[in-house]
Amino acid sequence: MDFVMPDFRLAAPELFVAGMSLVILMVTSFATKHARSAAFWLCEFALLGALLLTLFSGDVQRSLTFSGMYMSDLFGSFLKILVCLSVAIVLQYGRAYMADRKIDSPEYYLMVLFATLGMMVLISASHFVSMYMGLELMSLSLYGLVAVDRDNPRSTEAGMKYFVLGALASGLLLYGMSMLYGATGTLEIHEIAQRIYERSANDLVVVFGLVFVLVGIAFKLGVVPFHMWVPDVYHGAPTAVTLLVSSAPKLAAFAMAFRVLVLGLFDLAEHWQSMLMLLAMASIILGNLAAVAQTNIKRMLAYSGISHMGFMLLGLLSGVVKGEGGTYAVNAYSSAMFYAVAYVMMTLASFGMVILLSRAGFEAENVDDFKGLNQRSPWFAGMMLIVMFSMAGIPFFVGFFAKLSVLQAVIAAGNISNQPHYYWLAVIAVMMSVVGAFYYLRVVKVMYFDDAADQSPIVATLGMRTLLSANALSIAIVGLLPNWLMQICAFTLLH
Amino acid sequence: MLSLSHVLTLSAVLFAISVVGIFLNRKNLIILLMSIELMLLAVNMNFIAFSSFLGDRSGQLFVFFILTVAAAEAAIGLAILVAMFRNMRTIHVDDLDSLKG
Repeated sequence: MDFVMPDFRLAAPELFVAGMSLVILMVTSFATKHARSAAFWLCEFALLGALLLTLFSGDVQRSLTFSGMYMSDLFGSFLKILVCLSVAIVLQYGRAYMADRKIDSPEYYLMVLFATLGMMVLISASHFVSMYMGLELMSLSLYGLVAVDRDNPRSTEAGMKYFVLGALASGLLLYGMSMLYGATGTLEIHEIAQRIYERSANDLVVVFGLVFVLVGIAFKLGVVPFHMWVPDVYHGAPTAVTLLVSSAPKLAAFAMAFRVLVLGLFDLAEHWQSMLMLLAMASIILGNLAAVAQTNIKRMLAYSGISHMGFMLLGLLSGVVKGEGGTYAVNAYSSAMFYAVAYVMMTLASFGMVILLSRAGFEAENVDDFKGLNQRSPWFAGMMLIVMFSMAGIPFFVGFFAKLSVLQAVIAAGNISNQPHYYWLAVIAVMMSVVGAFYYLRVVKVMYFDDAADQSPIVATLGMRTLLSANALSIAIVGLLPNWLMQICAFTLLH
Repeated sequence: MLSLSHVLTLSAVLFAISVVGIFLNRKNLIILLMSIELMLLAVNMNFIAFSSFLGDRSGQLFVFFILTVAAAEAAIGLAILVAMFRNMRTIHVDDLDSLKG
Protein backbone atom coordinates (compact mmCIF):
# COMPACT_ATOMS: atom_id res chain seq x y z
CA MET A 1 0.00 0.00 0.00
CA ASP A 2 1.54 3.29 -1.07
CA PHE A 3 1.21 6.38 0.98
CA VAL A 4 -0.97 8.95 -0.71
CA MET A 5 -0.89 12.51 0.55
CA PRO A 6 -4.40 13.23 1.86
CA ASP A 7 -6.34 16.18 0.54
CA PHE A 8 -6.30 18.39 3.63
CA ARG A 9 -8.51 21.00 2.01
CA LEU A 10 -11.53 18.70 2.17
CA ALA A 11 -11.12 18.28 5.92
CA ALA A 12 -10.41 21.98 6.51
CA PRO A 13 -13.32 22.52 8.97
CA GLU A 14 -12.21 19.66 11.22
CA LEU A 15 -8.58 20.73 11.08
CA PHE A 16 -9.58 24.29 11.94
CA VAL A 17 -11.61 23.21 14.97
CA ALA A 18 -8.82 20.89 16.13
CA GLY A 19 -6.27 23.68 15.76
CA MET A 20 -8.47 26.20 17.53
CA SER A 21 -9.03 23.84 20.45
CA LEU A 22 -5.26 23.69 20.95
CA VAL A 23 -5.07 27.49 20.71
CA ILE A 24 -7.80 27.82 23.34
CA LEU A 25 -5.97 25.34 25.55
CA MET A 26 -2.85 27.52 25.42
CA VAL A 27 -4.64 30.86 25.73
CA THR A 28 -6.71 29.81 28.74
CA SER A 29 -3.64 28.38 30.45
CA PHE A 30 -1.73 31.66 30.24
CA ALA A 31 -4.41 34.37 30.21
CA THR A 32 -5.87 33.20 33.51
CA LYS A 33 -7.50 36.54 34.30
CA HIS A 34 -9.90 36.58 31.35
CA ALA A 35 -9.80 32.86 30.66
CA ARG A 36 -13.56 32.37 30.73
CA SER A 37 -14.59 35.05 28.29
CA ALA A 38 -11.57 34.35 26.09
CA ALA A 39 -12.58 30.68 25.93
CA PHE A 40 -16.16 31.64 25.11
CA TRP A 41 -15.32 34.03 22.29
CA LEU A 42 -12.61 31.81 20.82
CA CYS A 43 -15.04 28.88 20.85
CA GLU A 44 -17.66 30.93 19.04
CA PHE A 45 -14.99 32.06 16.58
CA ALA A 46 -13.90 28.45 15.99
CA LEU A 47 -17.47 27.31 15.40
CA LEU A 48 -18.35 30.13 13.04
CA GLY A 49 -15.02 29.70 11.24
CA ALA A 50 -15.70 26.00 10.79
CA LEU A 51 -19.17 26.86 9.53
CA LEU A 52 -17.79 29.25 6.91
CA LEU A 53 -15.04 26.83 5.90
CA THR A 54 -17.60 24.08 5.41
CA LEU A 55 -19.68 26.43 3.36
CA PHE A 56 -16.88 27.53 1.05
CA SER A 57 -14.34 24.70 0.98
CA GLY A 58 -16.51 21.68 0.27
CA ASP A 59 -16.82 20.18 -3.19
CA VAL A 60 -20.19 19.53 -4.71
CA GLN A 61 -19.29 16.04 -5.79
CA ARG A 62 -18.65 13.25 -3.34
CA SER A 63 -14.97 12.58 -2.76
CA LEU A 64 -12.91 10.41 -0.45
CA THR A 65 -9.63 11.31 1.16
CA PHE A 66 -7.37 10.15 4.03
CA SER A 67 -7.15 6.66 2.46
CA GLY A 68 -10.91 6.31 2.25
CA MET A 69 -11.49 7.29 5.88
CA TYR A 70 -13.06 10.66 5.26
CA MET A 71 -15.92 11.39 2.90
CA SER A 72 -16.64 14.91 1.78
CA ASP A 73 -20.12 15.39 0.36
CA LEU A 74 -23.00 17.84 0.49
CA PHE A 75 -24.94 15.70 2.94
CA GLY A 76 -22.09 15.88 5.43
CA SER A 77 -21.40 19.56 4.78
CA PHE A 78 -25.02 20.52 5.39
CA LEU A 79 -25.19 18.57 8.65
CA LYS A 80 -21.84 20.00 9.76
CA ILE A 81 -23.08 23.53 9.17
CA LEU A 82 -26.13 22.77 11.31
CA VAL A 83 -23.99 21.18 14.04
CA CYS A 84 -21.68 24.21 14.22
CA LEU A 85 -24.62 26.59 14.25
CA SER A 86 -26.49 24.72 16.97
CA VAL A 87 -23.41 24.37 19.18
CA ALA A 88 -22.73 28.10 18.77
CA ILE A 89 -26.32 28.77 19.89
CA VAL A 90 -25.96 26.31 22.79
CA LEU A 91 -22.88 28.17 24.07
CA GLN A 92 -24.65 31.52 23.86
CA TYR A 93 -27.76 30.25 25.68
CA GLY A 94 -25.77 28.53 28.38
CA ARG A 95 -23.20 31.25 29.06
CA ALA A 96 -24.98 33.15 31.84
CA TYR A 97 -26.46 29.94 33.24
CA MET A 98 -23.04 28.33 33.62
CA ALA A 99 -21.50 31.55 34.99
CA ASP A 100 -24.23 31.84 37.65
CA ARG A 101 -23.44 28.34 38.85
CA LYS A 102 -19.66 28.95 38.66
CA ILE A 103 -19.13 25.97 36.36
CA ASP A 104 -18.18 27.92 33.23
CA SER A 105 -14.54 26.90 33.49
CA PRO A 106 -12.47 27.05 30.29
CA GLU A 107 -12.58 23.24 30.31
CA TYR A 108 -16.32 23.40 29.77
CA TYR A 109 -15.85 25.36 26.56
CA LEU A 110 -13.01 23.11 25.46
CA MET A 111 -15.00 19.95 25.99
CA VAL A 112 -17.87 21.44 24.01
CA LEU A 113 -15.43 22.13 21.18
CA PHE A 114 -13.97 18.62 21.34
CA ALA A 115 -17.48 17.17 21.26
CA THR A 116 -18.21 19.29 18.18
CA LEU A 117 -15.04 18.03 16.53
CA GLY A 118 -16.15 14.47 17.28
CA MET A 119 -19.54 15.12 15.71
CA MET A 120 -17.94 16.59 12.59
CA VAL A 121 -15.62 13.60 12.19
CA LEU A 122 -18.53 11.24 12.79
CA ILE A 123 -20.62 12.98 10.14
CA SER A 124 -17.86 12.69 7.54
CA ALA A 125 -16.70 9.19 8.45
CA SER A 126 -16.71 6.63 5.68
CA HIS A 127 -14.60 4.05 7.47
CA PHE A 128 -15.30 2.22 10.71
CA VAL A 129 -12.09 3.49 12.34
CA SER A 130 -12.86 7.16 11.72
CA MET A 131 -16.50 6.58 12.66
CA TYR A 132 -15.48 5.02 15.95
CA MET A 133 -12.95 7.76 16.70
CA GLY A 134 -15.49 10.49 15.98
CA LEU A 135 -18.16 8.78 18.04
CA GLU A 136 -15.86 8.32 21.01
CA LEU A 137 -14.49 11.85 20.86
CA MET A 138 -18.08 13.09 20.96
CA SER A 139 -19.24 10.66 23.66
CA LEU A 140 -16.25 10.99 25.97
CA SER A 141 -16.54 14.78 25.93
CA LEU A 142 -20.26 14.54 26.61
CA TYR A 143 -19.73 12.20 29.59
CA GLY A 144 -17.41 14.78 31.08
CA LEU A 145 -19.79 17.62 30.30
CA VAL A 146 -22.75 15.93 31.97
CA ALA A 147 -20.71 15.58 35.16
CA VAL A 148 -19.23 19.09 34.85
CA ASP A 149 -21.12 20.32 37.92
CA ARG A 150 -18.95 18.07 40.03
CA ASP A 151 -20.15 19.19 43.45
CA ASN A 152 -23.73 18.36 42.57
CA PRO A 153 -24.66 14.71 43.27
CA ARG A 154 -27.31 14.72 40.55
CA SER A 155 -24.88 15.85 37.88
CA THR A 156 -22.21 13.27 38.74
CA GLU A 157 -24.80 10.52 39.02
CA ALA A 158 -26.16 11.37 35.59
CA GLY A 159 -22.60 11.43 34.26
CA MET A 160 -21.92 7.97 35.68
CA LYS A 161 -25.11 6.51 34.21
CA TYR A 162 -24.40 8.08 30.83
CA PHE A 163 -20.85 6.80 30.92
CA VAL A 164 -21.72 3.20 31.74
CA LEU A 165 -24.56 2.91 29.22
CA GLY A 166 -22.66 4.82 26.55
CA ALA A 167 -19.60 2.62 26.96
CA LEU A 168 -21.82 -0.46 26.76
CA ALA A 169 -23.31 0.92 23.53
CA SER A 170 -19.91 1.54 21.96
CA GLY A 171 -18.85 -1.96 22.99
CA LEU A 172 -21.88 -3.46 21.25
CA LEU A 173 -21.29 -1.27 18.20
CA LEU A 174 -17.66 -2.39 18.02
CA TYR A 175 -18.63 -6.05 18.33
CA GLY A 176 -20.99 -5.58 15.40
CA MET A 177 -18.27 -3.82 13.43
CA SER A 178 -15.89 -6.70 14.09
CA MET A 179 -18.49 -9.15 12.76
CA LEU A 180 -19.02 -7.05 9.63
CA TYR A 181 -15.26 -6.88 9.21
CA GLY A 182 -14.94 -10.63 9.57
CA ALA A 183 -17.67 -11.29 7.02
CA THR A 184 -16.57 -8.76 4.42
CA GLY A 185 -12.85 -8.37 5.09
CA THR A 186 -12.88 -4.59 4.96
CA LEU A 187 -13.63 -1.63 7.20
CA GLU A 188 -14.56 0.86 4.49
CA ILE A 189 -18.29 1.44 4.33
CA HIS A 190 -18.69 1.63 0.56
CA GLU A 191 -16.42 -1.38 0.14
CA ILE A 192 -18.60 -3.32 2.59
CA ALA A 193 -21.65 -2.39 0.52
CA GLN A 194 -19.88 -3.62 -2.61
CA ARG A 195 -18.91 -6.97 -1.09
CA ILE A 196 -22.34 -7.62 0.33
CA TYR A 197 -23.80 -6.77 -3.07
CA GLU A 198 -21.52 -9.29 -4.73
CA ARG A 199 -22.57 -11.86 -2.11
CA SER A 200 -18.99 -12.61 -1.32
CA ALA A 201 -19.89 -12.06 2.31
CA ASN A 202 -21.30 -14.61 4.71
CA ASP A 203 -24.95 -13.60 5.10
CA LEU A 204 -25.57 -14.94 8.59
CA VAL A 205 -22.49 -13.28 10.06
CA VAL A 206 -23.37 -10.00 8.34
CA VAL A 207 -26.87 -10.00 9.83
CA PHE A 208 -25.40 -10.89 13.22
CA GLY A 209 -23.09 -7.89 12.95
CA LEU A 210 -25.91 -5.68 11.73
CA VAL A 211 -27.95 -6.37 14.88
CA PHE A 212 -25.13 -5.22 17.13
CA VAL A 213 -24.37 -2.14 15.03
CA LEU A 214 -28.06 -1.22 15.04
CA VAL A 215 -28.21 -1.55 18.83
CA GLY A 216 -25.23 0.78 19.12
CA ILE A 217 -26.84 3.37 16.85
CA ALA A 218 -30.15 3.06 18.70
CA PHE A 219 -28.36 3.75 21.98
CA LYS A 220 -26.80 6.92 20.61
CA LEU A 221 -30.11 8.11 19.19
CA GLY A 222 -31.86 7.20 22.44
CA VAL A 223 -34.75 5.13 21.12
CA VAL A 224 -36.73 2.51 23.07
CA PRO A 225 -35.63 -0.03 24.35
CA PHE A 226 -32.20 1.63 24.54
CA HIS A 227 -33.47 4.89 26.03
CA MET A 228 -32.79 4.30 29.74
CA TRP A 229 -30.08 6.95 29.90
CA VAL A 230 -32.06 9.72 28.20
CA PRO A 231 -34.40 10.92 31.00
CA ASP A 232 -31.78 10.62 33.74
CA VAL A 233 -29.10 12.43 31.76
CA TYR A 234 -31.44 15.22 30.63
CA HIS A 235 -32.66 15.63 34.20
CA GLY A 236 -29.36 15.41 36.03
CA ALA A 237 -27.10 17.40 33.73
CA PRO A 238 -26.90 21.21 34.04
CA THR A 239 -29.55 22.58 31.65
CA ALA A 240 -26.93 24.12 29.35
CA VAL A 241 -25.37 20.69 28.90
CA THR A 242 -28.78 19.06 28.46
CA LEU A 243 -29.31 21.53 25.67
CA LEU A 244 -26.12 20.31 23.98
CA VAL A 245 -26.77 16.59 24.54
CA SER A 246 -30.28 16.88 23.13
CA SER A 247 -29.43 18.85 19.99
CA ALA A 248 -26.32 18.46 17.83
CA PRO A 249 -25.44 14.82 18.68
CA LYS A 250 -28.80 13.76 17.24
CA LEU A 251 -27.75 15.16 13.87
CA ALA A 252 -24.44 13.32 14.08
CA ALA A 253 -26.17 10.08 15.07
CA PHE A 254 -28.57 10.51 12.16
CA ALA A 255 -25.62 10.90 9.78
CA MET A 256 -24.03 7.78 11.25
CA ALA A 257 -27.25 5.78 10.90
CA PHE A 258 -27.64 6.96 7.31
CA ARG A 259 -24.06 6.15 6.34
CA VAL A 260 -24.00 2.72 7.95
CA LEU A 261 -27.50 1.51 7.14
CA VAL A 262 -28.31 3.15 3.82
CA LEU A 263 -24.87 3.53 2.25
CA GLY A 264 -23.21 0.49 3.82
CA LEU A 265 -25.83 -2.15 4.48
CA PHE A 266 -28.44 -1.30 1.89
CA ASP A 267 -28.70 -4.90 0.70
CA LEU A 268 -29.72 -5.96 4.20
CA ALA A 269 -32.57 -3.43 4.20
CA GLU A 270 -35.24 -6.05 4.73
CA HIS A 271 -33.52 -6.98 7.99
CA TRP A 272 -32.85 -3.52 9.42
CA GLN A 273 -36.14 -2.17 8.20
CA SER A 274 -38.19 -4.52 10.37
CA MET A 275 -35.90 -3.87 13.34
CA LEU A 276 -36.23 -0.12 12.89
CA MET A 277 -40.00 -0.52 12.69
CA LEU A 278 -40.07 -2.10 16.14
CA LEU A 279 -37.73 0.52 17.56
CA ALA A 280 -39.73 3.39 16.05
CA MET A 281 -43.09 2.06 17.23
CA ALA A 282 -41.85 1.37 20.75
CA SER A 283 -40.26 4.84 20.97
CA ILE A 284 -43.32 6.68 19.74
CA ILE A 285 -45.67 4.79 22.06
CA LEU A 286 -43.52 4.69 25.19
CA GLY A 287 -42.05 8.16 24.76
CA ASN A 288 -45.42 9.84 24.50
CA LEU A 289 -47.12 7.80 27.24
CA ALA A 290 -44.27 8.26 29.71
CA ALA A 291 -44.05 12.00 29.02
CA VAL A 292 -47.67 12.46 30.15
CA ALA A 293 -46.76 11.37 33.68
CA GLN A 294 -43.83 13.79 34.10
CA THR A 295 -43.95 16.88 36.27
CA ASN A 296 -40.33 17.79 35.61
CA ILE A 297 -40.13 19.61 32.29
CA LYS A 298 -36.61 18.35 31.52
CA ARG A 299 -37.77 14.75 31.92
CA MET A 300 -40.90 15.53 29.90
CA LEU A 301 -38.80 16.92 27.06
CA ALA A 302 -36.52 13.87 27.32
CA TYR A 303 -39.43 11.49 26.75
CA SER A 304 -40.76 13.72 24.01
CA GLY A 305 -37.30 13.58 22.42
CA ILE A 306 -37.48 9.78 22.49
CA SER A 307 -40.77 9.88 20.60
CA HIS A 308 -39.36 12.41 18.10
CA MET A 309 -36.43 10.11 17.40
CA GLY A 310 -38.97 7.34 16.76
CA PHE A 311 -40.64 9.57 14.19
CA MET A 312 -37.30 10.24 12.53
CA LEU A 313 -36.67 6.50 12.24
CA LEU A 314 -40.05 6.15 10.52
CA GLY A 315 -38.73 8.34 7.73
CA LEU A 316 -35.45 6.44 7.57
CA LEU A 317 -37.10 3.02 7.32
CA SER A 318 -39.65 3.87 4.65
CA GLY A 319 -36.99 4.56 2.01
CA VAL A 320 -36.66 0.91 1.06
CA VAL A 321 -39.49 -1.24 -0.20
CA LYS A 322 -38.94 -4.94 -0.86
CA GLY A 323 -35.22 -4.45 -0.68
CA GLU A 324 -35.18 -1.75 -3.36
CA GLY A 325 -35.01 2.00 -3.19
CA GLY A 326 -36.86 4.02 -5.78
CA THR A 327 -37.28 7.69 -6.50
CA TYR A 328 -39.47 7.96 -3.41
CA ALA A 329 -36.46 6.86 -1.34
CA VAL A 330 -35.06 10.39 -1.59
CA ASN A 331 -38.37 11.69 -0.25
CA ALA A 332 -38.22 9.29 2.66
CA TYR A 333 -34.61 10.06 3.61
CA SER A 334 -35.08 13.78 3.20
CA SER A 335 -38.19 13.62 5.40
CA ALA A 336 -36.10 11.92 8.09
CA MET A 337 -33.42 14.57 7.70
CA PHE A 338 -35.99 17.36 7.78
CA TYR A 339 -37.38 15.82 10.97
CA ALA A 340 -33.94 15.75 12.59
CA VAL A 341 -33.32 19.40 11.67
CA ALA A 342 -36.77 20.47 12.87
CA TYR A 343 -36.28 18.56 16.12
CA VAL A 344 -32.98 20.30 16.76
CA MET A 345 -34.58 23.71 16.18
CA MET A 346 -37.38 22.88 18.61
CA THR A 347 -35.23 21.32 21.29
CA LEU A 348 -32.85 24.31 21.24
CA ALA A 349 -35.75 26.68 21.78
CA SER A 350 -37.48 24.58 24.45
CA PHE A 351 -34.40 24.04 26.61
CA GLY A 352 -33.45 27.65 25.89
CA MET A 353 -36.73 28.66 27.55
CA VAL A 354 -35.92 26.48 30.57
CA ILE A 355 -32.56 28.27 30.84
CA LEU A 356 -34.24 31.67 30.42
CA LEU A 357 -36.51 31.06 33.42
CA SER A 358 -33.66 29.76 35.57
CA ARG A 359 -31.45 32.17 37.47
CA ALA A 360 -28.70 32.02 40.07
CA GLY A 361 -29.77 29.60 42.78
CA PHE A 362 -33.01 28.65 41.04
CA GLU A 363 -33.68 25.91 38.50
CA ALA A 364 -36.91 26.32 36.54
CA GLU A 365 -37.20 22.62 35.88
CA ASN A 366 -40.80 21.84 36.79
CA VAL A 367 -43.78 22.38 34.55
CA ASP A 368 -45.22 24.44 37.43
CA ASP A 369 -42.37 26.93 37.09
CA PHE A 370 -43.98 28.03 33.81
CA LYS A 371 -47.17 29.00 35.69
CA GLY A 372 -48.43 32.42 34.71
CA LEU A 373 -45.56 33.10 32.36
CA ASN A 374 -47.97 35.22 30.33
CA GLN A 375 -48.26 37.67 33.22
CA ARG A 376 -44.51 37.85 33.68
CA SER A 377 -43.54 38.13 30.04
CA PRO A 378 -46.20 37.90 27.31
CA TRP A 379 -43.53 37.87 24.61
CA PHE A 380 -41.68 34.81 25.89
CA ALA A 381 -44.94 33.05 26.73
CA GLY A 382 -45.76 33.51 23.04
CA MET A 383 -42.38 32.08 22.06
CA MET A 384 -42.91 29.04 24.28
CA LEU A 385 -46.38 28.68 22.76
CA ILE A 386 -44.82 28.46 19.29
CA VAL A 387 -42.34 25.83 20.42
CA MET A 388 -44.95 23.69 22.18
CA PHE A 389 -47.40 23.93 19.27
CA SER A 390 -44.62 22.96 16.88
CA MET A 391 -43.58 19.98 19.00
CA ALA A 392 -47.18 18.82 19.22
CA GLY A 393 -47.39 19.00 15.42
CA ILE A 394 -50.04 21.69 15.12
CA PRO A 395 -50.16 23.44 11.71
CA PHE A 396 -48.47 25.67 10.56
CA PHE A 397 -45.26 25.21 12.48
CA VAL A 398 -42.19 23.30 11.43
CA GLY A 399 -43.04 20.29 13.59
CA PHE A 400 -46.25 19.81 11.67
CA PHE A 401 -44.50 19.62 8.31
CA ALA A 402 -41.84 17.32 9.74
CA LYS A 403 -44.50 14.89 10.96
CA LEU A 404 -46.50 15.29 7.74
CA SER A 405 -43.59 14.49 5.44
CA VAL A 406 -42.53 11.49 7.50
CA LEU A 407 -46.06 10.11 7.47
CA GLN A 408 -46.33 10.77 3.73
CA ALA A 409 -43.17 8.72 3.22
CA VAL A 410 -44.58 5.87 5.32
CA ILE A 411 -47.88 5.90 3.38
CA ALA A 412 -46.01 6.01 0.05
CA ALA A 413 -44.00 2.97 1.08
CA GLY A 414 -47.25 1.25 2.06
CA ASN A 415 -48.87 2.07 -1.28
CA ILE A 416 -45.96 0.72 -3.28
CA SER A 417 -45.43 -2.44 -1.29
CA ASN A 418 -49.13 -3.15 -0.63
CA GLN A 419 -48.32 -4.11 2.91
CA PRO A 420 -50.87 -3.09 5.54
CA HIS A 421 -48.40 -2.74 8.40
CA TYR A 422 -47.13 0.55 6.96
CA TYR A 423 -50.63 1.99 7.36
CA TRP A 424 -50.75 0.69 10.92
CA LEU A 425 -47.45 2.42 11.60
CA ALA A 426 -48.90 5.71 10.36
CA VAL A 427 -52.15 5.27 12.31
CA ILE A 428 -50.36 4.50 15.58
CA ALA A 429 -47.97 7.39 15.02
CA VAL A 430 -50.84 9.83 14.53
CA MET A 431 -52.73 8.48 17.56
CA MET A 432 -49.67 8.86 19.72
CA SER A 433 -49.14 12.44 18.51
CA VAL A 434 -52.61 13.16 19.88
CA VAL A 435 -51.46 11.81 23.24
CA GLY A 436 -48.38 13.99 22.82
CA ALA A 437 -50.52 17.07 22.24
CA PHE A 438 -51.90 16.60 25.76
CA TYR A 439 -48.66 17.22 27.59
CA TYR A 440 -47.42 19.94 25.26
CA LEU A 441 -50.70 21.81 25.60
CA ARG A 442 -50.57 21.37 29.37
CA VAL A 443 -47.51 23.62 29.38
CA VAL A 444 -49.46 26.18 27.33
CA LYS A 445 -52.42 25.94 29.69
CA VAL A 446 -50.17 26.46 32.71
CA MET A 447 -48.57 29.51 31.08
CA TYR A 448 -51.78 31.27 30.12
CA PHE A 449 -54.48 30.19 32.57
CA ASP A 450 -52.68 29.73 35.88
CA ASP A 451 -51.48 32.43 38.22
CA ALA A 452 -47.78 32.97 38.57
CA ALA A 453 -46.31 31.65 41.81
CA ASP A 454 -43.39 34.06 41.67
CA GLN A 455 -43.79 37.39 39.97
CA SER A 456 -40.09 38.19 39.60
CA PRO A 457 -39.29 39.62 36.16
CA ILE A 458 -37.21 37.61 33.74
CA VAL A 459 -33.54 38.48 33.81
CA ALA A 460 -31.56 37.77 30.67
CA THR A 461 -29.00 39.46 28.50
CA LEU A 462 -30.07 41.16 25.31
CA GLY A 463 -28.15 38.61 23.23
CA MET A 464 -29.97 35.73 24.89
CA ARG A 465 -33.36 37.39 24.40
CA THR A 466 -32.75 38.15 20.74
CA LEU A 467 -31.31 34.75 19.92
CA LEU A 468 -34.06 32.85 21.71
CA SER A 469 -36.74 34.94 20.01
CA ALA A 470 -35.08 34.42 16.63
CA ASN A 471 -34.87 30.69 17.33
CA ALA A 472 -38.56 30.43 18.19
CA LEU A 473 -39.65 32.70 15.34
CA SER A 474 -37.61 30.65 12.87
CA ILE A 475 -39.75 27.66 13.88
CA ALA A 476 -42.82 29.63 12.83
CA ILE A 477 -41.20 31.02 9.67
CA VAL A 478 -39.80 27.70 8.43
CA GLY A 479 -43.23 26.29 9.28
CA LEU A 480 -44.83 28.77 6.89
CA LEU A 481 -42.21 28.22 4.18
CA PRO A 482 -41.02 24.62 4.64
CA ASN A 483 -40.25 23.93 1.00
CA TRP A 484 -36.80 25.40 0.74
CA LEU A 485 -35.49 23.45 3.71
CA MET A 486 -37.08 20.31 2.30
CA GLN A 487 -35.44 20.97 -1.04
CA ILE A 488 -32.03 21.50 0.54
CA CYS A 489 -32.41 18.17 2.36
CA ALA A 490 -33.36 16.36 -0.85
CA PHE A 491 -30.63 18.14 -2.83
CA THR A 492 -27.86 17.19 -0.40
CA LEU A 493 -29.03 13.57 -0.44
CA LEU A 494 -29.11 13.37 -4.23
CA HIS A 495 -25.50 14.47 -4.67
CA MET B 1 -4.53 -26.44 15.43
CA LEU B 2 -6.39 -23.34 16.57
CA SER B 3 -9.18 -22.51 14.19
CA LEU B 4 -11.02 -19.22 13.72
CA SER B 5 -14.12 -20.55 15.46
CA HIS B 6 -12.14 -21.34 18.60
CA VAL B 7 -10.97 -17.76 18.93
CA LEU B 8 -14.40 -16.37 18.06
CA THR B 9 -16.03 -18.57 20.68
CA LEU B 10 -13.56 -17.40 23.30
CA SER B 11 -14.18 -13.75 22.47
CA ALA B 12 -17.96 -14.32 22.41
CA VAL B 13 -17.74 -15.89 25.88
CA LEU B 14 -15.68 -12.97 27.17
CA PHE B 15 -18.13 -10.53 25.62
CA ALA B 16 -21.10 -12.32 27.17
CA ILE B 17 -19.41 -12.33 30.59
CA SER B 18 -18.86 -8.58 30.35
CA VAL B 19 -22.47 -7.83 29.30
CA VAL B 20 -23.80 -10.04 32.10
CA GLY B 21 -21.39 -8.31 34.47
CA ILE B 22 -22.85 -4.93 33.58
CA PHE B 23 -26.45 -6.00 33.98
CA LEU B 24 -26.27 -8.34 36.97
CA ASN B 25 -23.79 -6.42 39.05
CA ARG B 26 -25.67 -4.47 41.73
CA LYS B 27 -22.77 -3.85 44.05
CA ASN B 28 -19.69 -2.03 42.99
CA LEU B 29 -19.17 0.49 40.20
CA ILE B 30 -15.52 -0.56 39.84
CA ILE B 31 -16.73 -3.97 38.67
CA LEU B 32 -18.80 -2.17 36.05
CA LEU B 33 -15.70 -0.40 34.75
CA MET B 34 -13.86 -3.72 34.67
CA SER B 35 -16.69 -5.26 32.66
CA ILE B 36 -16.48 -2.42 30.14
CA GLU B 37 -12.76 -2.99 29.72
CA LEU B 38 -13.32 -6.71 29.30
CA MET B 39 -15.90 -6.00 26.62
CA LEU B 40 -13.50 -3.89 24.59
CA LEU B 41 -10.78 -6.54 24.93
CA ALA B 42 -13.17 -9.23 23.71
CA VAL B 43 -13.85 -7.09 20.65
CA ASN B 44 -10.10 -6.65 20.14
CA MET B 45 -9.64 -10.41 20.15
CA ASN B 46 -12.34 -10.68 17.50
CA PHE B 47 -10.62 -8.12 15.31
CA ILE B 48 -7.21 -9.75 15.66
CA ALA B 49 -8.61 -13.19 14.89
CA PHE B 50 -10.38 -11.98 11.77
CA SER B 51 -7.40 -9.92 10.71
CA SER B 52 -5.05 -12.85 11.06
CA PHE B 53 -7.31 -15.33 9.28
CA LEU B 54 -8.24 -12.92 6.49
CA GLY B 55 -4.64 -11.82 6.00
CA ASP B 56 -5.73 -8.16 6.15
CA ARG B 57 -3.90 -5.69 8.35
CA SER B 58 -6.59 -3.10 8.90
CA GLY B 59 -8.24 -5.10 11.70
CA GLN B 60 -5.05 -5.05 13.76
CA LEU B 61 -4.76 -1.36 13.11
CA PHE B 62 -8.26 -0.82 14.47
CA VAL B 63 -7.19 -2.64 17.66
CA PHE B 64 -4.58 0.03 18.39
CA PHE B 65 -7.24 2.71 18.16
CA ILE B 66 -9.62 0.75 20.40
CA LEU B 67 -6.89 0.23 23.01
CA THR B 68 -6.11 3.95 23.04
CA VAL B 69 -9.74 4.94 23.35
CA ALA B 70 -10.26 2.32 26.08
CA ALA B 71 -7.49 3.96 28.11
CA ALA B 72 -9.12 7.39 27.71
CA GLU B 73 -12.49 5.91 28.56
CA ALA B 74 -11.17 4.33 31.75
CA ALA B 75 -9.62 7.65 32.77
CA ILE B 76 -12.88 9.54 32.28
CA GLY B 77 -14.92 6.81 33.97
CA LEU B 78 -12.66 6.83 37.04
CA ALA B 79 -12.69 10.63 37.15
CA ILE B 80 -16.49 10.68 37.21
CA LEU B 81 -16.41 7.89 39.80
CA VAL B 82 -14.14 9.92 42.08
CA ALA B 83 -16.32 13.02 41.70
CA MET B 84 -19.37 10.93 42.51
CA PHE B 85 -17.75 9.35 45.54
CA ARG B 86 -16.89 12.78 46.96
CA ASN B 87 -20.55 13.79 46.67
CA MET B 88 -22.30 10.63 47.73
CA ARG B 89 -19.68 8.78 49.83
CA THR B 90 -20.63 5.53 48.13
CA ILE B 91 -19.94 3.68 44.90
CA HIS B 92 -22.74 1.14 45.20
CA VAL B 93 -24.82 0.74 42.05
CA ASP B 94 -28.04 0.58 44.07
CA ASP B 95 -27.38 4.01 45.55
CA LEU B 96 -27.57 5.64 42.11
CA ASP B 97 -31.27 6.35 42.56
CA SER B 98 -31.73 10.07 43.08
CA LEU B 99 -32.89 10.52 39.46
CA LYS B 100 -36.25 8.85 39.03
CA GLY B 101 -39.60 9.37 37.35
